[in-house]
Amino acid sequence: MTGAVVITGLSAAAPNGLGTDEYWSATRTGTSGIGLITRFDPAGYPVRLAGEVPGFDPAEHLPSRLLPQTDHMTRLALVTAAWALRDSAVTAESLGEFDMGVVTASASGGFEFGQRELERLWGSGPEHVSAYQSFAWFYAVNTGQISIRHGMRGPSGVLVAEQAGGLDALGHARRRIRRGTRLIVSGGVDSCLCPWGLVAQLPSGRLSTAEDPARAYLPFDAAAAGHVPGEGGAILVLEDAESAAARGAPRVYGELAGYAATFDPPPRSGRESALRRAILLALEDAGLGPAEIDAVFADAAGVPELDRSEAAAISSVFGAGGVPVTAPKTMTGRLYSGGAPLDVAAALLSMRDGVLPPTIGTERPAVAGQLDLVLGAARAAKLRSVLVLARGYGGFNSAVVLRTVDRTG
Amino acid sequence: MANFTIEDLIRVLRACAGEGEPVEAGVEIALLSFGDLGYDSLALLETASVIKREFGVDLPDDVVGELDTPGEFVATVNRKLDEVS
Repeated sequence: MTGAVVITGLSAAAPNGLGTDEYWSATRTGTSGIGLITRFDPAGYPVRLAGEVPGFDPAEHLPSRLLPQTDHMTRLALVTAAWALRDSAVTAESLGEFDMGVVTASASGGFEFGQRELERLWGSGPEHVSAYQSFAWFYAVNTGQISIRHGMRGPSGVLVAEQAGGLDALGHARRRIRRGTRLIVSGGVDSCLCPWGLVAQLPSGRLSTAEDPARAYLPFDAAAAGHVPGEGGAILVLEDAESAAARGAPRVYGELAGYAATFDPPPRSGRESALRRAILLALEDAGLGPAEIDAVFADAAGVPELDRSEAAAISSVFGAGGVPVTAPKTMTGRLYSGGAPLDVAAALLSMRDGVLPPTIGTERPAVAGQLDLVLGAARAAKLRSVLVLARGYGGFNSAVVLRTVDRTG
Repeated sequence: MANFTIEDLIRVLRACAGEGEPVEAGVEIALLSFGDLGYDSLALLETASVIKREFGVDLPDDVVGELDTPGEFVATVNRKLDEVS
């Protein structure tokens, strides 16, 4: 056993493209999926822009029996998981049912489903509430439904750490594989684009109230004023490297070489954010020095104070302008638990294709000189190791290091 | 005499829980188990609550939990309908 854990399949559901190919071609060309909210009338709300996954008809992809019992986010997660498994060429027959588990992240749960049932409860009475409300709203439901649908009965779980949770799920998946489970389906897919879900996010003060989709989410820019919420994410198939080779996995996107998570000190303590420590611990875990990291996919909060502390953490580890930094999530908005897995998918595809997708919108970096931002258009780059960062509301910091794998036999 | 039919049940089941597993021609659906049809206990609870709203028949959860086939389900609904009429 080498202990190496590799990614053998992935799929994305993003506001700028449903499915890996559409997402990746839009992302490489800097195409945004941010627009006016269409899922409900946002006129009465201070936040009116979001990233919605386009062209998703659940009935086209899922058996009718799954529709009455699933929230929108679970439908997206089920379809994305099926595509990721197809990408990895894993079938129920490839491995034993207890050799495969599911570890996803969630930041909230099935709020759209839950809001509808609460409206029925108060509007019509308890007998009008769907029996499926018992689990359809639940934050662990994506893991459960993926596990049931694909007959995966190995160790499973769900990680909750707002936007950072998507990396924590991957870290936990790797832990499970090192303890002997051959394959874990991981990542995260979130959607909270209903009035209840949106209103629940307003008190954070981090959402953008801008009206112009092109100027609404500008991380690291002098005009940064919050983020645009979005839906979607990515599902990745993680496997023990030897086990993947033994079953003849058709492709290996890369190795999950390093992972670390830290927690910030209390607000107004005056102490430094723990993000820098998360970066250093993830590098140490991967056995790599800063000079060996070829690019950073930033968390890119879009909130001036958070942008400053992230830029400070990156530049203190890598030196001012010492590594290319990008934030393709400027094309999707922040996807909560789905955001970091989508960044991991983008980083793996970047490594495969030798190209870094751009950060769009941002024009006048407030952190000029500190960060070498990939602005405006994609940049060709030979990428062997990439760092992905994610921070969650409430003080979570997580970092993952991905590394290419030489398949020389 | 109450006349809640197997067609009524299948219609409500499909509306509540989607299409069941395909049934071979000539097989009597009323005699198949809900498990074979692909409907779990929650599908039946959801169906019972819609039947309560549509037909005014109260089927307690523990009664629904004992029903194994569509035939038993239909017979129980009709018995309850006869009791209240």
